[in-house]
Amino acid sequence: MLDLKTIRGSLVAAALGAACGPLLAPLVLPAWSQNKPASGISIDNFTFSPGKLTVKAGTTVTWTNKDDIPHGIASADNAFNRSKALDTDDAFSFTFTTPGTYQYFCYIHPHMMGTIVVEAATGENAMP
Amino acid sequence: MSASDRDDGSLSRRKILECMTWVGTGILWSVAGGVPRSLGIIDEAVAKEAGGLKFLQISDSHIGFDFKTPYPNAVGTLSECVGKIKALPTKPAFMIHTGDISHLSLAAQFDDADKVIGETRLDVHYVPGEHDFVDADRKLFLERYGRGSKGAGWYSFDAGGVHFIGLVNVYDLKAGGLGNLGHEQLEWLEADVKGRSASTPIVLFAHVPLWTVYPNWGWGTDDGAQALSYLKRFGSVTVLNGHIHQVMQKVEGNVTFHTARSTAFPQPAPGSAPSPGPMKVPAEKLRSMLGIANVTYQQNQERLAIIDTPLQA
Ligand SMILES: [Cu+2]
Repeated sequence: MLDLKTIRGSLVAAALGAACGPLLAPLVLPAWSQNKPASGISIDNFTFSPGKLTVKAGTTVTWTNKDDIPHGIASADNAFNRSKALDTDDAFSFTFTTPGTYQYFCYIHPHMMGTIVVEAATGENAMP
Repeated sequence: MSASDRDDGSLSRRKILECMTWVGTGILWSVAGGVPRSLGIIDEAVAKEAGGLKFLQISDSHIGFDFKTPYPNAVGTLSECVGKIKALPTKPAFMIHTGDISHLSLAAQFDDADKVIGETRLDVHYVPGEHDFVDADRKLFLERYGRGSKGAGWYSFDAGGVHFIGLVNVYDLKAGGLGNLGHEQLEWLEADVKGRSASTPIVLFAHVPLWTVYPNWGWGTDDGAQALSYLKRFGSVTVLNGHIHQVMQKVEGNVTFHTARSTAFPQPAPGSAPSPGPMKVPAEKLRSMLGIANVTYQQNQERLAIIDTPLQA
């Protein structure tokens, strides 16, 4: 998966480099510039941060576990399938396509909770 | 607890202070050798006498946990505990394992645990910890250890005049909740103890403490009080838990609550660290914070004697 991401990133960079000249080539392109909005939540000290994240519909949210203990992501109302157990530095992603408020928690430590608010996409981020 | 509660500094601070006060008055800490002060003298005397039912508790072996220093490896420290068990002068009747056998519910982790624990040549009665139910189908634990159990793995048995009940409070955890037994298991428990003589000593064991130790860290069971209400009429109830990787003991009427050390890594005292993550202790101190518990029951004794033995005093 990492490989694929790297390959895709360098392909886009190469294409842009060809169009805009060599100056842009070494830039690392953030995911949004590929028209695939992304956002991250880190798990640190048994806490999701940010605890409440607001994103546009179509955004891929990635949780990354920074703790020495595994955590697991589960939707409080089954809006998505639970992640596998995330060991240290493991990540889990889900793309939120439908606007709404999503409560989630750690299924290993259920006192750990977080919220994702998905707003209708507008402008260039709008889903087809 | 909601995310917004957590963000409110003053609220969480107040909660912590309340809990700290409660810790100071409600929980008796173990002293040297792990013998709780309040019961120490009686317990040591009882445990040293011959006879009575002797069994062991081990907990939280977390096979697969492998986090740099100071933790050598979870298999290694479990092996050391097994060495202690094999060296006991009196062979215990059996052992209970109060969960988190594995770190990530992988078949290889259960295999490694079984191999090491098998060297004790003791019957082992297991209950699962939350780390034993993280495989996608939540079936490996039950396939291996759940034979003859009900629901998510609960069961009871009798030994040496004591009625033992293994409960599961880690199966279907709810957002924002603590440990959870659930309606079906509570009904089973009520029926299981109905009709038993009130003089039968009861040993209840489960992974997450059935008493509220520290809710901010999820150290408690939402419907634990409900479970204990079915046992009010019994003269002697001993509750053995794991999960918090440290020795704590509390006596409330006829009920003695006790948590065991982990065989893998210690966790901080409630509220003493930003989170309940593994405690980083100097390597030379680590073995004083890992260990096993020996339990002795003698007829006509009100309480079971529990001796916590660290890997190194
Ligand atoms: Cu967690």
